[in-house]
Amino acid sequence: MHPASSIIVFTTFSGMGFGLIAMLGLGAAPSDGTAGFVTCALAFILTSVGLASSTFHLGHPERAWRALSQWRSSWLSREGALAAVTLGLFAIYAVLWIFADDRVAPIGVLLTVLSIVTVYATAMIYGSLKTVPRWQTGLTPLCYLLFAAAGGALLAAALSSLLGAFSETAVLTALGLMVVAWVAKFVWWGRADRTTLGSNGSSPETATGLGHIGKVRLLEAPHSSPNYLMKEMVYRVGRKHARKLRLLAVALGGAVPVLGLLAAIALDGGAFFLVVAVLSHLIGMLAERWLFFAEAEHSVSLYYGHR
Amino acid sequence: MTTLPAQTDKSLGLVIDLDVCVGCHACVVNCKEWNTGGYGAPLSDQNPYGADPVGSWLNRIHTFEVDASQGGGCSGSEAQILADGKDTRVVHFPKSCLHCEDAPCVTVCPTGASYKRSEDGIVLVNEDWCIGCGLCAWSCPYGAREMDAAEGVMKKCTLCVDRIYNENLPEEDREPACVRTCPANARHFGDFSDPNSNVSVMVAERGGMDLMPEQGTKPVNKYLPPRPKTSPVQSAPSDLVALAEPEAKGFLGWLDAALEKMG
Repeated sequence: MHPASSIIVFTTFSGMGFGLIAMLGLGAAPSDGTAGFVTCALAFILTSVGLASSTFHLGHPERAWRALSQWRSSWLSREGALAAVTLGLFAIYAVLWIFADDRVAPIGVLLTVLSIVTVYATAMIYGSLKTVPRWQTGLTPLCYLLFAAAGGALLAAALSSLLGAFSETAVLTALGLMVVAWVAKFVWWGRADRTTLGSNGSSPETATGLGHIGKVRLLEAPHSSPNYLMKEMVYRVGRKHARKLRLLAVALGGAVPVLGLLAAIALDGGAFFLVVAVLSHLIGMLAERWLFFAEAEHSVSLYYGHR
Repeated sequence: MTTLPAQTDKSLGLVIDLDVCVGCHACVVNCKEWNTGGYGAPLSDQNPYGADPVGSWLNRIHTFEVDASQGGGCSGSEAQILADGKDTRVVHFPKSCLHCEDAPCVTVCPTGASYKRSEDGIVLVNEDWCIGCGLCAWSCPYGAREMDAAEGVMKKCTLCVDRIYNENLPEEDREPACVRTCPANARHFGDFSDPNSNVSVMVAERGGMDLMPEQGTKPVNKYLPPRPKTSPVQSAPSDLVALAEPEAKGFLGWLDAALEKMG
């Protein structure tokens, strides 16, 4: 699939933003008004940048509000509606926190639940597509959720440290989630490497219905230069390229953050290392998401000579 | 509403006869010609006379080779196939929207722009509501939907909804443009919910088939498989060059033999 930068930024930033909201809802970060302002503002910026970015690839962004209407059947619509509800409630939570110094715990817990469901809906936009066998697994939402949680926890730990309230619990939470998230991603990659276009039972033979005669191959394409379908769905990435990017994703997205978190524990503070960990994790996640899209193969490729 | 109708009054669609299609692309061109001026936004082209022309088309023809002599592995070049005398067939394969009963492109649409009509089962896009997110194209295994680069909305086959009910057209023209134009009569239009309709009878008699049934889309359009070959495949002679040389007779024959003797 074509790795559109707008969608990569959308899933990465909004994932981390909703991860942070989920952590704040559970009581992460110091409870004074200043801390509330800084953390809530950052959560709003991350989610807003993500959601705004998602509209950049639209043919008609001015009609984006219509996407809130079809939550009965469409995961994309559910994602939009859930994000709007979560951010609306989060605004109330933030105002009460900043101006009344009151973190209303029940609202916080509700925000955590809503954030989880929102990220789940984001993942299901892709995880529910039968046409992309690599994505169609419960592991896809699992990875999205764990990475959102790990990113949010890491950010919460870094913010706490920056605000002068270093919390070892926050750092250990981030460390645990980070490790679990990457274990899940390795399992996802392991499955992805065994998954082919034919894994859902489709082949050029079933695509043409000519399998009863023999083996089918494309003799002549219907058009002489790549069209929308080929640019969007028959995108292919070089194996060597992909391996390097995987290494980069693991190093920047996983290894550096883990080292940063360990350094913070060792130094009993170390806000600098945590900030580096956050930035590195974000870049690593962009690489991970790029691969998520670029490596995915779509069933329509079967009509274009792939198997 | 992007939920699918529980059932449709009619089930309009196409039968495409793979035994008959000659791959002339007339249906492709007539489809574009009608639909660029018909329902919705025009079908734009980008850089049509340049090095990399690209454009929106609702109907495309692939050409496949089916190798009956081989179960596995890939066939070689065309010359190799000829020399080997393999039992291969060339099948021209028109592909447009199949107007699926369980159309995934409809249910994934976040805006309600994609819908399946309960009266006749045609899958359409309301272009005034479409935000051009492209998710419907991602959900379609057949590549039936193409985003129009100029208009920023999704285009797809409408089954020529603006022809089939159009009382301003003579009655014989009230069928999809691809069907009307096909010089080989490889495309047929009708109602699959009626077991006695032309299309239902053809499907029953010829073993009409679904494309990628494993995707669970329940396509309405059906494809008729190529008929079995009536004569066995003969191996091509291995020395094709000799066949092309004329047989020398008379004076030329004498000259040929004399020259041959001289070495």
